[in-house]
Amino acid sequence: MNLILEVWRQKNANDTGSFVTYEAKDIIPDMSFLEMLDVVNEDLIARGEQPIAFDSDCREGICGTCSMVINGIAHGGLRGTTACQLHMRHFSDGDTITVEPWRASAFPVIRDLVTDRDAFDRIIQAGGFVSVNTGGTPDANALPIPKTDADEAMDAAACIGCGACVAACKNASAMLFVSAKVSHLALLPQGKPEAERRVLNMVKQMSIEGFGSCTVTGSCEAVCPKEISIDFIARMNREYGKAILKNRTDSKEGA
Amino acid sequence: MAILNSNIPSGPVAQKWEKHKFDMKLVNPANKRKFDVIVVGSGLAGASAAATMAELGYNVKCFCFQDSPRRAHSIAAQGGINAAKNYQNDGDSIYRLFYDTIKGGDFRAREANVYRLAQVSVNIIDQCAAQGVPFAREYGGLLSNRSFGGAQVSRTFYARGQTGQQLLIGAYQALERQIGLGKVKMYSRTEMLELVLIDGHAKGIIVRDLVTGAISTHAGDAVVLATGGYGNVFYLSTNAKGCNVTATWRAYKKGACFANPCYTQIHPTCIPVSGEHQSKLTLMSESLRNDGRVWIPKRKEDCRKVPHEIPEEARDYILERKYPSYGNLAPRDISSRAAKEACDEGRGVGPSGLGVYLDFADAIKRLGENVIRERYANLFDMYEKITGENAYKLPMRIYPAVHYTMGGSWVDYNLMSNVPGLFVLGEANFSDHGANRLGASALMQGLADGYFVLPYTIGNYFASAKQPKPKADHPEFKKALDDVQARTKRLLSIKGKRTVNSFHKELGKIMWEKCGMARSEQSLKEALKLIPALREEFYKNVNVAGSEGEFNQNLEHAGRLADFFEFGELLCHDALHRNESCGGHFRVEYQTEDGEAKRNDEDYAYVAAWEYAGEGKPPILNKEPLVYEEIHMSTRSYK
Repeated sequence: MNLILEVWRQKNANDTGSFVTYEAKDIIPDMSFLEMLDVVNEDLIARGEQPIAFDSDCREGICGTCSMVINGIAHGGLRGTTACQLHMRHFSDGDTITVEPWRASAFPVIRDLVTDRDAFDRIIQAGGFVSVNTGGTPDANALPIPKTDADEAMDAAACIGCGACVAACKNASAMLFVSAKVSHLALLPQGKPEAERRVLNMVKQMSIEGFGSCTVTGSCEAVCPKEISIDFIARMNREYGKAILKNRTDSKEGA
Repeated sequence: MAILNSNIPSGPVAQKWEKHKFDMKLVNPANKRKFDVIVVGSGLAGASAAATMAELGYNVKCFCFQDSPRRAHSIAAQGGINAAKNYQNDGDSIYRLFYDTIKGGDFRAREANVYRLAQVSVNIIDQCAAQGVPFAREYGGLLSNRSFGGAQVSRTFYARGQTGQQLLIGAYQALERQIGLGKVKMYSRTEMLELVLIDGHAKGIIVRDLVTGAISTHAGDAVVLATGGYGNVFYLSTNAKGCNVTATWRAYKKGACFANPCYTQIHPTCIPVSGEHQSKLTLMSESLRNDGRVWIPKRKEDCRKVPHEIPEEARDYILERKYPSYGNLAPRDISSRAAKEACDEGRGVGPSGLGVYLDFADAIKRLGENVIRERYANLFDMYEKITGENAYKLPMRIYPAVHYTMGGSWVDYNLMSNVPGLFVLGEANFSDHGANRLGASALMQGLADGYFVLPYTIGNYFASAKQPKPKADHPEFKKALDDVQARTKRLLSIKGKRTVNSFHKELGKIMWEKCGMARSEQSLKEALKLIPALREEFYKNVNVAGSEGEFNQNLEHAGRLADFFEFGELLCHDALHRNESCGGHFRVEYQTEDGEAKRNDEDYAYVAAWEYAGEGKPPILNKEPLVYEEIHMSTRSYK
């Protein structure tokens, strides 16, 4: 099939950027969306033009590197699917497809479709861990964890940190990402001792990074390639409320 | 010739590590902050090493080419991690894990290293559980296990089909904690392009900032490479697009020997290639073979039929037939070859004829679709996304693909290469898997090296080598920086007619066809002619887009490919010299009557550690003999 692409081209963070039209020819249904872009790029290089910069690595939906808004929807709108796992059989001959980077002030554009998501790492640095050093840990079976808790923690831990939730949100809020980590660790006994500090510090960092507020529209959940539930946002709000009440002094400095 | 001393401690195998830990010199806690350690790579091995060393008090600089350390390719490991916990009371022990790993590696791994790996495996699970890794659990709250290839016990711990992701996130969180505490300085989107030696010791690296294109130097008291494997020399592999050999190859060219490059693992259960556009291959976890049965039609004429129209008696369950005691859980090298043979006979399935069925119908009948969904839902979903087929209704089609590389930088028992101060961890080194890695052992090795081995042995190096602090203005840094800039300029100046990717694809085809699942003297000799010719064309006719002082993915790819060209030749060279079949290295001239790999212990029971001899000169072969004191070398049988 043949397609028309409207691709966001932006040389660097300071450039204003604009859409440029390209043709994607002889695309076959078994190609992934990124393989389709590879075809376009090979053609651009052969013509002496700059290829479209886009992030990708594992190309099997787990590393969270690929990040693009396709036809206005982060990762392209196939439920539970990253852009790298979106295949061209979901498009038809003659389609016009727009491709843009994540748009959020906390994720500045580096080039074309590539953005800087270091803000997510800094939120994890603020508290998204269990403070245990290597060694001296008890036997893994010494602390039984109910299967339902472990399963729910895993549901939250499945987050790949791609940032689609932020890209989809009208306020560019990072609540789904932050709540997934807060919930993953709060659900497990290992994460309990630091649960209050964690949620306070991570939420504080989220604000510092310039992510917006959550108004619970659910657009994040709708695009999340790992289908992380917004129930975790509710859980985080509960954790946050508890922590605020118990740590009044912290909260004045903090959130 | 390089001097290769494996530094294996004396004494019985079970006590070597304990004894060694006591014998090693220590750096006192207050002095640790005087040492700067450079860690390249942030996967399981790199992140765990960087975090642990920072916890101990060292100053760590950690580098990764990805945009975040959380994206390193360890994340894609699906099935699980082995540990000799014997939680299932099914006869497992440290000794059995040690034995299985040595046997699985086809008697080409170092006993002492493997024993230590089995010993620390139990600590890894404890460590990860304490970090909050959400391992699968039973209703009683205890950890759940599954079985993996090459083992007759259930010792694999897992977190759904995302074990690598969860273990990496655990290590990543530990690393981020140290970054937050200021003990690790993280450089993401930064690629190592050269190693710097001063007075023979590794003292720094040259890196390129992938966003700005700026090239800079970093000095340290030791350099740790945890940069993964070289599977992408085949172009198509299950590796991430960015995986490359550059770090260990640069180290090789600075004198660090490269061991056993021909030991490459072809994983039996990957989704078949669908066409020329294919940019990478996707693995379907080995854990699927717990419940899936591998079969092909007995008769060629049935290959095009819908699978459920082929009656039971017309099916050939190849692994169950050939290897009754291990059945569908035969090791990877053996299962891959069985699939290849079947397809070579013309009995392959799917549009390309390069595929076998992995069928869950019996398991679904026995356990119900819900149980299968619970165990493997994410894998079935991934399969459907890629192929458009529902594997609950139709059998999966799978075919072998390059997955893991057992070879790597030569290291001693301390994980130090023959270049003092240069340590190599995880898939990037050669040490623990011999000629074939068993499933669920890569995660184990990466974390063993990073959490529990390197943090001890690096202190011993600092305390005994007593090297002066490197100065960043040392002429060696300037020289290395100039070399990197010259290489970059050269690639950009060619402006020929062919794209980088087209060269990479062609190299991959040569490697796969001539040096893939079956290798022969003739095919390898052909490859050794084709690769240099292609490399020559590359340097005359490649067109690398853009310039150096900007974000330039095409330039990154070109630099990695330039190293793959040189490395691919060494791989073929090693495969040609090893006149035997063992593990993942299958030479068609050396097979038993029924087509199994035929080892030659008399002549080849050694580690082949190749040493760089200079531009245009053949590499020098150094041999480290493999001595088996504990386990009798026998012919591997999974029948």
